[in-house]
Amino acid sequence: MPSPYATHPEAREIVFDFLEGYDVLGAFWMTVKLTALSALGSLIWGTLLAGMRVSPVPLMRGFATVYVNIVRNIPLTVIILFTSLGLADIFGMTLGASDFKVQGFRLAVLGFIAYTAAFVCEALRSGINTVPLGQAEAARAIGLSFSQTLRLIVLPQAFRSVIGPLANVLIALTKNTTVAAAIGVAEAAYLMKSMIENEAQTLLVGAVFAFGFVVLTLPTGLFLGWLGKRMAVKR
Amino acid sequence: MSSVLYDTPGPRAKRRNVVFSVVFVLVLALVAWWVWQKMGDKGQLKWDLWEPFTTSEAWTTYLLPGLGNTLKAAALAMVIALPLGAFFGIARMSDHRWVRVPAGAVVEFFRAIPVLLLMLFANEFYARSTDVTSDDRPLYAVVTGLVLYNASVLAEIVRAGILALPKGQTEAAHAIGLRKGQTMTSILLPQAVTAMLPAIVSQLVVIVKDTALGGVMIGYTELLSARQTLAANYANVIPSFIVVAIVFVVVNFALTSFASWLERRLRRSKRGTGAVLAPDTVEDNPAAINGSYGAGTYA
Repeated sequence: MPSPYATHPEAREIVFDFLEGYDVLGAFWMTVKLTALSALGSLIWGTLLAGMRVSPVPLMRGFATVYVNIVRNIPLTVIILFTSLGLADIFGMTLGASDFKVQGFRLAVLGFIAYTAAFVCEALRSGINTVPLGQAEAARAIGLSFSQTLRLIVLPQAFRSVIGPLANVLIALTKNTTVAAAIGVAEAAYLMKSMIENEAQTLLVGAVFAFGFVVLTLPTGLFLGWLGKRMAVKR
Repeated sequence: MSSVLYDTPGPRAKRRNVVFSVVFVLVLALVAWWVWQKMGDKGQLKWDLWEPFTTSEAWTTYLLPGLGNTLKAAALAMVIALPLGAFFGIARMSDHRWVRVPAGAVVEFFRAIPVLLLMLFANEFYARSTDVTSDDRPLYAVVTGLVLYNASVLAEIVRAGILALPKGQTEAAHAIGLRKGQTMTSILLPQAVTAMLPAIVSQLVVIVKDTALGGVMIGYTELLSARQTLAANYANVIPSFIVVAIVFVVVNFALTSFASWLERRLRRSKRGTGAVLAPDTVEDNPAAINGSYGAGTYA
């Protein structure tokens, strides 16, 4: 039996055949959409959680701590699968979607937000801890309240110092969107699974998708890393 | 409770905090009540669905073997990935460009790729080009995927661990005439291993969580896929999800707590250089929640 990995003489043509026979770009576009919406949602929810985590109200602190502790220790796969088998199938939460595809997409985004927000919250909290005590003390000394101290003094500085950590969360999120394949969202990993099972050139299929993710994550990391260094408050 | 962000509450602040607390409790209670109602509506609160978890059958037939497989894959992946990671981590710090650059490229490449892609690829590779039986294949594929990804993450941990050591260690080693290899194996690595322990243990949490991917996508019979068979048998989707989530949280929380205990112990210890790599040094790492960030200055 000849090895299925023998390099085809016209490997380039095969790549083009893939792009025609399968909607590779469409799948990666789905990955990008999942990432963008989840990133936005988890940034908002994560910031709220971080605010609760450092708030003067013990109950809010407790809630945010428990939320973060629980969510970070559950596999993302469990959460994503639950949104489909639990929220949608049992509780009938369709999130206003009329067809199955849109519903899967929205459920996946919901799951990613719930999960990623915990990491955003921790990144922000570590950022808050990098702001020197004197900043908060000075804010209180001129009579600012807790929410003013947080909004006007601490968070603006914290956000600048957490661009690096948040970039890592974003890159992890980009890679994590592949988990949506578990509930049939037609993103990159979902397409790769069917392609790798049906095509003879396993290595080539793997290379195409690996390349796609390198293209998505590497520039993000480099750009945000550069931005983080530029924006960081020099102390 | 005082913090840097706010003063110790006086009478007015105390009153305001009570109001906030009450409102917050009301909102939480409302949400909880709504969830409870929904669960009741859909019949998910019926004791029939929960009762299986009080019997030994559900545990011995489904959950414990599943958990066993989860831990098996995680342990195998860690044991194989550690030496690989150490190799690439050290290679990346080599003085020779032709060693450093390829090692760096390999590490960055595998860190940029989702672990699911690696698992899918490994699964297909084993199916086509090796004679691994189809029973063993899922385990092989899961472990391979996890090893490739985590070796590259561990390589970064190893590198950070070695860099965290005081420079005097290397200088002293050179001063007493040790060669580069000797400095690495008898001075730097032994100390770096201790410094890395917390980070390594918390990387184990990431590995345990990622095994669940293998359950859904390539049919490895770990805890999450054991849930599927269990739910098919007892028709208890929601309860089984909740129980499996609790099992994962307990296992991972134990690992996380162990990691932060290790970290605190290492920081306290008089021996050694005092260099410790916090569990959250590496991206995407559900680090120890308490104790890893500036000793809780703010909350």
